Amino acid sequence: MTEPILEVRDLVKQYASTSAVAGVSFSVPEGVCFGLLGPNGAGKTTTIEIMEGILPPTSGEVRYRGEPLGTRFREEAGILFQKTALQDFLTVRQSIALFRGLYARGLDVEEVIRLCALEKLAERDNRKLSGGQQQRLLLAIALVNDPAVLFLDEPTTGLDPQARRSFWELVASIKARRKTIILTTHYMEEAELLCDEIAIMDRGRIVSMGPPRQLLQQHFAEVMLELPRQDFPAAARALPLNLIEGAERVEISTDDIEGTLRLLLQAQVPLTHLRIRPANLEDLFLELTGAELRP
Amino acid sequence: MIRRLLSILHARNLEFLRDRGTLLFTTVLPLMLVIGMGLVFGGPERPLFKVGVVTAHIDKQAHEFLRERYVEFVAEPDEPTGLHKLTHQQIDLLLDLKAPVRYWVNTDSPKGYIVEKLLLAAQPGAQREVVAGKAMRYIDWLFPGILGMNMMFSCLFGVGYVVVRYRKSGFLKRLHATPLTAFEFLSAQVLSRLGLILFVTAILYVGISTIIGFHNAGNILVLLVVAILSALSMVALGLTIAARFSSEELVGGLLNVLTWPMMLLSGIWFSLEGSPRWVQWIAHAFPLTHALDAARAVMLDGAGLRAIAPHLLYLAATALAFLAFGAWSFRWRID
Repeated sequence: MTEPILEVRDLVKQYASTSAVAGVSFSVPEGVCFGLLGPNGAGKTTTIEIMEGILPPTSGEVRYRGEPLGTRFREEAGILFQKTALQDFLTVRQSIALFRGLYARGLDVEEVIRLCALEKLAERDNRKLSGGQQQRLLLAIALVNDPAVLFLDEPTTGLDPQARRSFWELVASIKARRKTIILTTHYMEEAELLCDEIAIMDRGRIVSMGPPRQLLQQHFAEVMLELPRQDFPAAARALPLNLIEGAERVEISTDDIEGTLRLLLQAQVPLTHLRIRPANLEDLFLELTGAELRP
Repeated sequence: MIRRLLSILHARNLEFLRDRGTLLFTTVLPLMLVIGMGLVFGGPERPLFKVGVVTAHIDKQAHEFLRERYVEFVAEPDEPTGLHKLTHQQIDLLLDLKAPVRYWVNTDSPKGYIVEKLLLAAQPGAQREVVAGKAMRYIDWLFPGILGMNMMFSCLFGVGYVVVRYRKSGFLKRLHATPLTAFEFLSAQVLSRLGLILFVTAILYVGISTIIGFHNAGNILVLLVVAILSALSMVALGLTIAARFSSEELVGGLLNVLTWPMMLLSGIWFSLEGSPRWVQWIAHAFPLTHALDAARAVMLDGAGLRAIAPHLLYLAATALAFLAFGAWSFRWRID
């Protein structure tokens, strides 16, 4: 078995009265896209920032290719933070060139521009970009050193659906180059599409970890039945069903569709708007972290 | 290291040159200073020569010489007052018309030489007496102070606010994720501001010295060394203040706490000779005091590197100390 590119060992980050990360351990093999999922405040960003060497842990350690994070890691890591401002008054090309100048090795500036589809924006002031364009520029900056490991912290938060899909395509093309990617997100569709392995975090701990398909098989029966909440009478809640109640919908997880439908018909639940679909990561996420709103 | 430093330096210079508001302010303010100096100390109708007359009141009919054109006659209440002014070339010649007519001329004054010829043409038998002393106008003494004050504000506020803005926006945090070190980043900021300050100071120097007719008694290269070390020391001081904080208000307050005492106690406006000893101790801790003492020694007395070496050493040592402390205490992100 090959040595993991990144190893996280017993990571703890304690703030005055809160424990942001409460003992997290995992390893990331080279060439995979590893997703850290979790609700707001779960400790994803704190964990990834410790992994990036930006934030010191209270205890525990992160090793890159078997060594503590150091100069080699900084040369070989590419980072896209959740929020980043660039230097004012620079064009897209100049912003990329600035960061290229900070690394000993890397890609040619023009190649990075091409890779991130920024050709038409190269001479534009970096403050005059849309959200999606800005994220493409930040990704370009994260790629200037041709990194072995790429950290993407909630890269598509706030983007419209088109910009988000375009960004996913870009990340998929980087993944195809056998780069290791560490991704935090709370878009389950994003994780499902891009990640080979995921770790779901809640309250500073990892609650489940593994390849998405394997986790779904572990935690769910084959299918999910969805009904609008207003079609689901209170009496039906007493039925022996595995229910997940959302604000708009009621979901039933089952491996016996016929039996479940019979129960629902007996309880006179209208089935006009019934939808049947396989379980996805969002179901797993809600199952593991709960559906209630976090403070 | 050099490559990373140059990348940051280049980007910072581009940012500065494209920030038209700041650029305008940084260049227009000194130009306004030059124009102001011109209005106060310049003017086309100034007479060529100034002659002090020991009398209570100038009566043009009292002597033929007093009707000479292009000579301004000023009444001096007594001989010692007139001689003091003549020694510092605040007047070109001192005349006492009481018989026998006597005059005093400063042998170091070219203007005194010429105005003496005019006097002897009108009063051939006047008794000659001499004094010696270099010209010392207040404006000549003030000139290095004005340059130093402009340099101090540009050094301290120019870099202080920029670093705090970078930290607040998260740009520093992004840089921290690269191989760039704090020392490299700070050095690039120092060099960028140093280039700008030398450029603006050169404009001010040429502008003001043209308007007030200042002649530098020393070597311009020695003066350049003084300017570089002074700017380095004060930029590094500004970076030290901005090394950790992320509030513009706090850093602005701290910079004001530094600049006001420096402005009052470093000898920009008046000499501190005769002030209490503790005031002089405080003053000598400020880099600006050493910058001004060195600049005045060069510009007014023609001092060389050896003569101002203690000041230069102090400026170089403080620049290194501030930069090292700034790099040590530097924070890339908001805690």
